[in-house]
Amino acid sequence: MSETGIGAAVRRVEDKRFLTGRGKYIDDIDQRGQLYAWMLRSPHAHARINGVDTATASQAPGVVAIFTGADMAADEVGGIPCAWQIHNKDGSPMHEPPHPPLAVDKVRHVGDQVAVVIAETKAQARDAAELIAVDYDVLPAAIDMDLALADNASLVHDDVPNNLCFDWEIGDKDATEAAFAKADHVVSIDIVNNRLIPNAMEPRAAIAQYEPSNGNYTLHTTTQNPHVIRLLMGAFVLQIPEHKLRIIAPDVGGGFGSKIFHYAEEAILTWASAKVPQPIKWTAERSESFITDAHGRDHETHAELAMDKGGNFLGLRVSTKANIGAYLSTFGAAVPTYLHGTLMAGVYTTPAIYCEVKTVFTNTVPVDAYRGAGRPECTYLLERLVTKAAREIGMDPVEIRQKNMIQPDQFPYQTPVALEYDVGNYPASLDTALQASDYAGFEKRRAESESNDKRRGIGISTYIEACGIAPSAVAGALGARAGLYESAQVRVHPTGSVTVYTGSHSHGQGHETTFAQLVSESFGIPIEQVEIKHGDTGEVQFGMGTYGSRSIAVGGPAILKACNKIIDKATKIVAHILEASESDIEFKDGKFTVSGTDREMAFAEVSLAAYVPHNYPIEELEPGLDENAFYDPLNFSYPAGCHICEVEIDPETGDVDITNFTAVDDVGRVINPMIVEGQVHGGLAQGIGQALLEGCVYDDSGQLLTGSYMDYTMPRADNLPNLNVGTQSVLGASNPLEVKGVGEVGAIGSPPAVINAILDALAPLGVDDISMPATSAKVWQAIQNA
Amino acid sequence: MPTVSMTVNGKSVSAEVEPRTLLVQYLREHLGLTGTHVGCDTSQCGACVVHVNGESAKSCTILAMQVEGADVATIEGLADGDTLHPMQEAFRENHGLQCGFCTPGVVMSALDLVRTNADPSEREVREWLEGNLCRCTGYHNIVKSILAGAKAMQG
Ligand code: FES
Ligand code: FES
Repeated sequence: MSETGIGAAVRRVEDKRFLTGRGKYIDDIDQRGQLYAWMLRSPHAHARINGVDTATASQAPGVVAIFTGADMAADEVGGIPCAWQIHNKDGSPMHEPPHPPLAVDKVRHVGDQVAVVIAETKAQARDAAELIAVDYDVLPAAIDMDLALADNASLVHDDVPNNLCFDWEIGDKDATEAAFAKADHVVSIDIVNNRLIPNAMEPRAAIAQYEPSNGNYTLHTTTQNPHVIRLLMGAFVLQIPEHKLRIIAPDVGGGFGSKIFHYAEEAILTWASAKVPQPIKWTAERSESFITDAHGRDHETHAELAMDKGGNFLGLRVSTKANIGAYLSTFGAAVPTYLHGTLMAGVYTTPAIYCEVKTVFTNTVPVDAYRGAGRPECTYLLERLVTKAAREIGMDPVEIRQKNMIQPDQFPYQTPVALEYDVGNYPASLDTALQASDYAGFEKRRAESESNDKRRGIGISTYIEACGIAPSAVAGALGARAGLYESAQVRVHPTGSVTVYTGSHSHGQGHETTFAQLVSESFGIPIEQVEIKHGDTGEVQFGMGTYGSRSIAVGGPAILKACNKIIDKATKIVAHILEASESDIEFKDGKFTVSGTDREMAFAEVSLAAYVPHNYPIEELEPGLDENAFYDPLNFSYPAGCHICEVEIDPETGDVDITNFTAVDDVGRVINPMIVEGQVHGGLAQGIGQALLEGCVYDDSGQLLTGSYMDYTMPRADNLPNLNVGTQSVLGASNPLEVKGVGEVGAIGSPPAVINAILDALAPLGVDDISMPATSAKVWQAIQNA
Repeated sequence: MPTVSMTVNGKSVSAEVEPRTLLVQYLREHLGLTGTHVGCDTSQCGACVVHVNGESAKSCTILAMQVEGADVATIEGLADGDTLHPMQEAFRENHGLQCGFCTPGVVMSALDLVRTNADPSEREVREWLEGNLCRCTGYHNIVKSILAGAKAMQG
């Protein structure tokens, strides 16, 4: 291992600029002659628009233009597309109702855009927006999923009966019925996966700019995938060809999924920038983020597990309702289906599984991927159910897991729900976590707590997830409308320093460091010689972006592939210059040697020869040392692991104190252990936040009751414990870097561990269920009701 | 428009501002000091924390005119040329930041803690951070960084 290569805890390259206030987030950027946009948003969850009167507002000081949905419609601007098409049980495609960027005839959630005001200052734009008169006919709102599915429900989209977007299934229904028919025990559970608001700390923002002299558009936007935005917005919404549209996502302050999607504001600003034509900037206020950033989770599920006498799993039946909000967001349809139903085997050998998902339109903000996306919902369900099953048949929660786990010699393992797990060692993660959490000493600690009138519990979650959706052909067969490969360009400069252009995007993950480590390792050069560029479609050839823990699993191998092309070419150059056969050239520690001799060339000597080709195999090779690679993985990668949570509850107040949280994750090869731990910490905080604190609440009329940090409980430093995090890895088998991905594991594995711990603590009091978030009020009430 | 004058990172500055201008707007939009961030509109995230006369303050919650004559310090003023302040260095060393958006506010806030409590306990750090939200780090490494930074500052 070189000092800055694979496996080294290299301190982050990006930190100095962030720590000195020199990061460049979008709101930090200004363009000459820039105007400001303010979005007029619907105060109603559901209303018909009879008219929008902008006459007075247009006269307000500083106002340059005001546009409404009618203006965009007149220009034949397209709707915001969904990138994934799901099919119903009967094979028909899902409903895809139109999603105009500015509402035309109806508004469908509080926060839906009705008009954009463009003015010289932000304050002027905002002041003028208050002068716009919108004539609304308020309609009843469809909020609760069961009510939305009812025959007399108000329709979010007039042509989508029962608000049912699609009714999907996976698995073998008959085989599952047969398994239940011969079961000795059936355990069932009804579970709600609480709706969450992602809350990246940087609010979304954008600056659109049009250059009339050449017809070029530039959009700076807070996105996790600039090329995807260029494709979706350029091709489907605004009909701007790729070479005329540049998307730049500079420093982005967190995403967690919420900045994957193509948002209406991006299209509105870009379109309006050509009308004005001056640069236009828009920065969301946090209150706008709450009502416009796509939300996460929001599933209601009934599930049943069939077992034989010995507690062996025979079958699993799952029926889920998933809230998709008012419109289909970019990946909204994929989350409750291919990122949820396909994981229902978990780490277990359950032979028969059937899962059906009804996805429902409601008058709420669109729901889409949020850290984990579908996999936390699946894991929460399975791990609650398995723990409940253990309790009902009187078996230890560890034993029931060990008994039903896929064993290390069973790989590759074909699950009954489409996925084939490549490698893993689930019992090993469980064992390591049991030791790291001192599971054996728990009863002693429980007794101590009880002597202090406290209740102590311990909860386990053994999870699996799937990262780096791939290969593209499979994703396509499942309904993806794009490929899911990644691209990289490795440009070696004449004096041997390197610039890498990656299609992945970093918004906190530290790619500038981790990816540079790959190159440092590959070329045997110090990390200071490597610069990673991302986030600009004008610089980076192409890319599918960062989500689903795909950057290292898909983006990493693309970089490695380009590095290998460089080494191949360099080898040919060296063979020519040193007059040796290519097969005799060895490359190690940054040096090419002719094996068995002392003839050698340093990496930088070769790059110089490539750019100053005086002695060069010019007949066979082009000059230069600059290679492109596109990498499409063989399979998903499958991180897995075990999370164990221990809590102490004060029954007087319902206060839950996490006394210990242990996470043992199998993430494959670790490139930078410091960054990997940080990713797990962050994921755990979001998972623990979901379990204990966070929950999005709408009232029946569709008003968001948790629309600020005063009402939506974000985890703060004093809500969280120190986290005991470790990895226990089996090298990945789906890519040449042998990595698996780490961004989401924390948020996926942790919620059921927390809730299982709470229920373990409260079981002696007769509490057998509690929903997330398990706030102190809810815990106290559960104790009172028991 | 009224004129407001103050010292920012040791330099005297003066400008005409609309009376409703917030200190954070003044720093970001008039002085181009964009290291101080805005993460909310209810005074709860702490991304905007700066020092006013040596004490931490949420610059989104103060009008520029309220700090007439004051001594204001922002994240941009901390490092000594190319050398990071020990607290900044502690964050780098302990991976106390990910996306970096909350970081300036967290660092400025941490320095105010250390000013009044040179050797804080882990619990004290966690409680002090009540006014700073971070969505990336789970706070684990922020807490570790502040404890290390406080030690380094003791010297
Ligand atoms: S911007 Fe959130 S507290 Fe100041
Ligand atoms: S580092 Fe991203 S919010 Fe704190």
